Amino acid sequence: MTPRQIMVVAAAREIRDGEIVFVGMRLPLLGFAVAKATHAPAAVGLFENGVIRDTPPAGALITMGDPPNIAGAVMCTTLLEVMSHLERGRVDVGFLGGAQVDRFGNLNTTWVEEGGRRVRLPGSGGAADIAALSRRTVVIMQHERRRFPERVGYLTSPGYGTGGRWRSEVGLVRGGPCRVITSLGVLGFDAESGEMVLERVHPGVTVDDVRAQTGWDLRVASPLSTTPEPTIEELAVLRRFDPDGTWAG
Amino acid sequence: MDKVMPLRDAVSGYVRDGARIAMGTGLESCIPFAAGHEIIRQRRRDLTLVGAISDILFDQLIGAGCVARVIAAWVGNVGAGIAYNFRRAVESEVPGPLAMEDHSNMTVALALEAAARGVPFLPSRTGLGSDIVHGHRRLREITCPFTGERLLGVGALELDLAVIHVPRCDAAGNAHLWGNLGITLEAARAARTVVLTCEEVVDEAVIRSDPNRTLIPGFLVSAVAVAPFGSHPSPTQGYVNRDDRFYDEYHAETRTRDGFLGWLDRMVLGTADHDAYLARVGRTRVEGLRPRTARLAAPVNYGL
Repeated sequence: MTPRQIMVVAAAREIRDGEIVFVGMRLPLLGFAVAKATHAPAAVGLFENGVIRDTPPAGALITMGDPPNIAGAVMCTTLLEVMSHLERGRVDVGFLGGAQVDRFGNLNTTWVEEGGRRVRLPGSGGAADIAALSRRTVVIMQHERRRFPERVGYLTSPGYGTGGRWRSEVGLVRGGPCRVITSLGVLGFDAESGEMVLERVHPGVTVDDVRAQTGWDLRVASPLSTTPEPTIEELAVLRRFDPDGTWAG
Repeated sequence: MDKVMPLRDAVSGYVRDGARIAMGTGLESCIPFAAGHEIIRQRRRDLTLVGAISDILFDQLIGAGCVARVIAAWVGNVGAGIAYNFRRAVESEVPGPLAMEDHSNMTVALALEAAARGVPFLPSRTGLGSDIVHGHRRLREITCPFTGERLLGVGALELDLAVIHVPRCDAAGNAHLWGNLGITLEAARAARTVVLTCEEVVDEAVIRSDPNRTLIPGFLVSAVAVAPFGSHPSPTQGYVNRDDRFYDEYHAETRTRDGFLGWLDRMVLGTADHDAYLARVGRTRVEGLRPRTARLAAPVNYGL
């Protein structure tokens, strides 16, 4: 199996049955489909383009606006109406990706430095909203040193800011990241300080591998565990929704 | 009132240089590419483009030199990620400088909703703690006059024009929409006027048979242009599926400025109109995007 398959399945397992899920694009979209088809049949997915679904999409998707995500949905409405559920506090978990995530789970999808040059990225989309307003968020990232700086140069979507009580100090009423699922492992956050902590490594990955790809002195949980491998059932569902391995190949 | 006219006339009549225009309000579907290409052919300049997720239409208009400013949450290629013309314009002022007003999806939607209601701002709990808000002309931290809580004030964003691709409408511009709506309804109401492109113009009796599905009333609309496949390569539910390969090809070909100029000449400037564009894409390829099976909604009864 590929690291991306492990990531998608780990993401799927973050969704509990019956939860309201703000689904992102790409890997989280697949994770939602896997969760729905396995352990979380009663989960409901909200998509920022206005779609609400409680069944896996009718076919493979590249974007949330593709016809298989519309056909058989329970509701198609406006972005603002879906966002109202998020703002009201009804969304249990939101999925996020990004170019960079830092020590306190802040995400950058706007500007990065590469080789001394400023590089412009596409921007927030709905990520800043999901990060601010979900009850909890799960971040999915490739684990590379340039993607894990100690502090993001531009804070697009808030995690725990500078740590501690930062979220409530800036006026955020709830939420924050609970997991970062990477190509190397699964990280959580210290409840007091808001700092990222390595909790699990994927099969065959060492703590040193993870530290080498992290831009600060990463805390490691004790005991550290290994990510359970995807089941045959989970992998079968994954292949159904990503038949060509476009996203998780 | 019959507002149906050729797309060329709709663009020449209603898209002015320097205008603030919302396009691509469906986020990843119903993107008005046919109208955008005609704007490029007619060489409009200094436009401000407003959107949430831009698909690749903004990238094409930016690369063609039509755009001075973008007000949006995400500018990229929904299939492949990066949009190279946008990057070249923001990073290196190629083909010209581009001012960027960053938003989140929710703040741009609220800014349009405020304009749609004619109020100066709307409050929200989003955006707090994000660098997007710092020094922003339209986003400001405020204190709630009722509870004293810290909130985000989202200033109104009025539009000169919204260009919207719809599945079907009547000749007066009363439009039936289905599928995800994105920020379409807010944009239509925030704009001084609306230009519709549609897959088909239907008799007004079709519209009146299901008034709940009429989401844009004709009194907002100035022009209706019939443009089948007008959202290509993005989908319009029930009429055309997404041309996924097109996004990857565009991504590869527009990596360099010269590559983009070649693409632009071949696909837009070198095609006289939308029909010629579709012929250039390939009739067989385009027809292959038609849905293979129908999924009809059950009729509803408006009986007396």
